[in-house]
Amino acid sequence: MTARAHYRTFPYDGQDEHVLCLGEGSARRILIVPPLFDEMNRMRRTLVQAMRVLAGHGVTAMLIDLPGTNESLAPLEAQSLAIWRTAIGSAAESLAASHVASLRGGALIDDGAAGLPHWRLAPAKGGVLLKTLLRTRITGDREAGRAVSEAELRAAASAGPIELAGNRLGPAMVADLADAVPAKLANCAERRLGEDVAGAPLWLRAEPGDDAAMAEAIAEDLDRWSAACDG
Amino acid sequence: MPFVPDSVETVLRDLLVDVLGVAPATVAAMTDDTPLFGALPELDSMAVAGLLTEMEDRLEIIIDDDDIDGDLFETFGSLVAFAKAKVDG
Repeated sequence: MTARAHYRTFPYDGQDEHVLCLGEGSARRILIVPPLFDEMNRMRRTLVQAMRVLAGHGVTAMLIDLPGTNESLAPLEAQSLAIWRTAIGSAAESLAASHVASLRGGALIDDGAAGLPHWRLAPAKGGVLLKTLLRTRITGDREAGRAVSEAELRAAASAGPIELAGNRLGPAMVADLADAVPAKLANCAERRLGEDVAGAPLWLRAEPGDDAAMAEAIAEDLDRWSAACDG
Repeated sequence: MPFVPDSVETVLRDLLVDVLGVAPATVAAMTDDTPLFGALPELDSMAVAGLLTEMEDRLEIIIDDDDIDGDLFETFGSLVAFAKAKVDG
């Protein structure tokens, strides 16, 4: 029987933010911190497939919508990595998470729930993510006949929100991204794509895709890891 | 210097598979003369952004806006030559 998805919410800054949940098990409740911005869109389908497989193994998986993303009523331009870190802490507590799993840029904010065991797949540096976002904007502008330099964009970003790859980012977010690296955590399993977990870096592609084998690989690894954590 | 010149080409082949999702067999068959931008449907202007950033990350180089002109992605050979020059430079 395929597990049915259900929504919960967690409170943050006066809003009820969405959480997509799969699975009914209470022993292992994994909070999933998705990749950021456009990478999240590209990975979402495969990530939810992985959650379905996990649910079949009796694990509860909870994929949060960060404030300002998807259907959140909070404005994206008011967010920053610091704010998102706090939101993760709120979510972990409110959802009674036992483990935290993050992908790509999710690793830049997962220390918001520092006390729990962590798992990271292909952690990304904020500067690298920002660079790609800036380049996407520059390339798009060039196609439209507007020449803008990276320096001009960075200067504009410090003065007010700018649109990058369809995301309206405020000065605090851009500044946070520029310097952010995944925090060093005491209990953290790091996974490299292609080595520890089989699959393709779907988050790099220009179009969203899905990869059933990768979903299985992610689920199997999370299942093994979370079971071992409990000792 | 972290990279031996021969392996720059291997990194780029891996990148075309990873970032553009081009079939491994297609990439393995590429020679210096194989046309890229305009000939490879997976390489459109939006894909360029991701490709450039991954090149920087994997080859440990910096690519400036000024470095990027129409010829860079003209052929597989032009891309490899550019990357090797950056790694050596």
